[in-house]
Amino acid sequence: MYRETQIVSDVAKTPLTGEGTFTINVGPQHPATHGVLHLVITLNGETILNIEPHLGYIHRSIEKMCESLTYRQFIYVTSRMDYLSAHINNHACALCVEKGMQIEIPSRAQVIRVLMDELTRIASHELWWGAMAMDVGAFTPFFHAFRERETINDIMEETCGARLTMNYMVPGGVMYDIHPNFQKRVKDFLQLYKRKIHEYDELVTGNIIFQNRMKGVGVLTAEDVISYGCTGPVARGSGVSSDIRKLYPYEIYDKLEFDEVLETAGDSFARYLIRLREMNQSIRIVEQLIDNIPEGDFQAKTKAVLKLPKGEFYQRVETARGELGVYIVSEGGTTPYRIKFRSPGFSNLSILNHMVKGSKIGDLIAAMGTLDLVIPDIDR
Amino acid sequence: MAFLKLIMFLKDYIKDVFGAIKSLATGMKRTGYYFTHHKEIITQQYPDNRETLHLPERFKGEVVMPHDENNEHRCTGCTACELACPNGTIKVVTKFDITPDGKKKKAIDKLVYHLELCTMCNLCIEACPSDAIKMAQTFEHSVFDRAQLTKVLNKPGSKIMDGVE
Amino acid sequence: MWSFSKIANIIHEWLSQTFNVTWTTIIEMVIAGVAVISLFAVLGLVLVIMERKVSAWMQIRLGPNRVGPKGLLQSLADTLKLLVKEGMTPNGADKFLFNLAPFIAMMVAMLLLAPIAFAKDFQLWDLNIGVLYVSAISSISVISILMAGWASNNKYSLLGAMRSGAQIVSYELSAGLSVLAIVVLTGSLQLSEIVNSQANGWWIFKGHIPAIIAFITFIIAVTAETNRAPFDLAEAESELTAGFHTEYSGMKFALFFLAEYANVFIVCAIGATLFLGGWMPFHIGNWNGFNNIMDWIPSSVWFFGKTFFLIFLIMWFRWTFPRLRIDQLLNLEWKYLLPISMVNILLVTAMAILKWHF
Ligand code: SF4
Ligand code: SF4
Repeated sequence: MYRETQIVSDVAKTPLTGEGTFTINVGPQHPATHGVLHLVITLNGETILNIEPHLGYIHRSIEKMCESLTYRQFIYVTSRMDYLSAHINNHACALCVEKGMQIEIPSRAQVIRVLMDELTRIASHELWWGAMAMDVGAFTPFFHAFRERETINDIMEETCGARLTMNYMVPGGVMYDIHPNFQKRVKDFLQLYKRKIHEYDELVTGNIIFQNRMKGVGVLTAEDVISYGCTGPVARGSGVSSDIRKLYPYEIYDKLEFDEVLETAGDSFARYLIRLREMNQSIRIVEQLIDNIPEGDFQAKTKAVLKLPKGEFYQRVETARGELGVYIVSEGGTTPYRIKFRSPGFSNLSILNHMVKGSKIGDLIAAMGTLDLVIPDIDR
Repeated sequence: MAFLKLIMFLKDYIKDVFGAIKSLATGMKRTGYYFTHHKEIITQQYPDNRETLHLPERFKGEVVMPHDENNEHRCTGCTACELACPNGTIKVVTKFDITPDGKKKKAIDKLVYHLELCTMCNLCIEACPSDAIKMAQTFEHSVFDRAQLTKVLNKPGSKIMDGVE
Repeated sequence: MWSFSKIANIIHEWLSQTFNVTWTTIIEMVIAGVAVISLFAVLGLVLVIMERKVSAWMQIRLGPNRVGPKGLLQSLADTLKLLVKEGMTPNGADKFLFNLAPFIAMMVAMLLLAPIAFAKDFQLWDLNIGVLYVSAISSISVISILMAGWASNNKYSLLGAMRSGAQIVSYELSAGLSVLAIVVLTGSLQLSEIVNSQANGWWIFKGHIPAIIAFITFIIAVTAETNRAPFDLAEAESELTAGFHTEYSGMKFALFFLAEYANVFIVCAIGATLFLGGWMPFHIGNWNGFNNIMDWIPSSVWFFGKTFFLIFLIMWFRWTFPRLRIDQLLNLEWKYLLPISMVNILLVTAMAILKWHF
């Protein structure tokens, strides 16, 4: 715990300009920002005085674009926001439209949706784990993480036809039925995962260097997390219960057995552990569902042209990064009047300055890694 | 008392050092295992394995229009796909055929498809009422000239299959 | 049987018969210089391909496998690429220092090669203070890094250079102390003497636990001194993009790259000389048959085998561990390595006085 209050208060007193301080641009092209994020950092030697994120390098005005697309069409764009949890984004939009139109979704579709969501969550956390290790300087885990992630991607490719931007969820259900091989391949994946998961601990979690890099770094209290609006593993790492699947259950999550993982330390290591344990919870969900996919339709009968009644609709889901909210204002037409996405990455990024002020550059990278930022999700 | 403290400190210190070395050795054992077990390698040597590389039949690579051996397709020119497409990738150009009994009938002249705009969202295929288009499993789409990506899906001289309305 | 020392003697005899003493010396120096440069070129090629293959296999990949048989010529292709690339000098840089830095890095590596015994009786310069010479010269390499970082006029480079300065200066201490352990046991600073003292067993076996501790400290310290992961803070890919050589390209970058590998080779060679008996074959007590077979293996093979084993160890570290933070790096040195090696040297001295070692 070298980041004592003394240092922090010293940092607060140091002027941001003048002798001994200098600014440095991390990004928009930098190995550690995992995208086109631009951080303007004021430093005093190696100590960080201030961080100012500059956003907008990959802003594609997705919200505005959605206003000119019909309720069937706008879903595919949201895969391009948080591309690591594309299924979950699509799911949120589909749920919101269904809420507005009051469509009953067949139970088979619900189960398939949840299965896909959880597989996506595992894949996303796998990638994060590899990238996290790479941020602190270990390259090998990245490739090991990709071995498991590729298996999930292959399953997705077989059922949904794409590996990253699947566009599989449609209002009323899913686009097509699962592939006949789906169940078998998911079970293969579960076996592979169980065989390999202990390697994650051997390679990274238990490593003394890694633990020293993560413990006591980027500490966030519960108040910090709440006041900055952080959700997902970042909030749960500080002991704030924020799992939408538990708090505001959608689909069949209220019938499933799984735990919300909570840690109280609030440091980078807590956030790291949260994500690793969440993978195990997702595996639990997949195990419960994979043999119990009910027979029936995979899609409810819907009209060819969808029209939402006049009004405002909001739906939140838990993506791999936190709470994603979809807010649709409808004037009763075939296209939304206004769409707003509440993306988890944006709020999680806003806490960065508070989190690493007074730390070293190495800590910035390690702490930023645990926020699991996906830049297109922030800029949209 | 102070002596006892020193002993405790030394004990913790040595335990720290050995714990650290053990954790590092565990990691090295893991990488050492993979270093010696080449069977675990997962690399796919892509251009070499073209023959054995099978993409699943649902893979969304490109929109194509299947033709049968008489050069006939199933497209009626209803423009449902054009309307369903979120980004104007498909353009249906219709013409009027004169049927043998002298009546005018709507048919497609060209179904223009801009591969460079397509996001492979599959909405057009879902929308097509007569299953005239489908996804192909090709994926090596790079060309030297962008114009080559604008394709006409119906083959020259093709006509609509009998019985498709 | 042919050996390096025999070849050297034949050349020497032929030269001294044909020329007078001065010319003989000059020609021999030229030959040595050419040999050193070509050794470096070959080392660069071999170590780069080795590193790439080692990393690939640890990362369940295949690694380079296109150029040449099994991809063995890949590093040749890389070198060609670096040769034809433009060596840019940034506008705001201090041109003279910027261009000088890679050469200093290279020069230090070359100077360090002088006292190393590659095979039986085969050494460029068997000076009587070999160990001291090595520790003294190796400290110069930090100057090239600081020079590069300062002259680049880039904040990333400067940060990397400053980190490297702090790091090398502190790790020099425990590297020196662990080397001193062997010097105490041998009673000589001359590398050939140290090798000869291990004829009846390598120091790592003869020196009991203190020698093993010294060996471990030495490996950790030299990993830090050569800026290799997990101590690669001067480069720190994910933090400082490329650290002190961010602005370098083409051949100037290649020189830094080569110097890094040359340094790794040299520190491993010294490690092998001090702890693993240099070119001495592996002997067990009085198993004469076994010992004879071991003797039959040429001494140069022993030397390079041991050196490459240590190099592999250092590569293994690199592809397994995450990087330390700068304050942890200094903590490790000042709170763990330095006290441990100081106590250790006390033990070694006691052992040497009481003649507890074999
Ligand atoms: S796949 Fe999607 S983007 Fe491509 S043509 Fe069909 S509807 Fe348009
Ligand atoms: S492809 Fe299908 S949807 Fe498109 S015009 Fe032809 S028949 Fe209609």
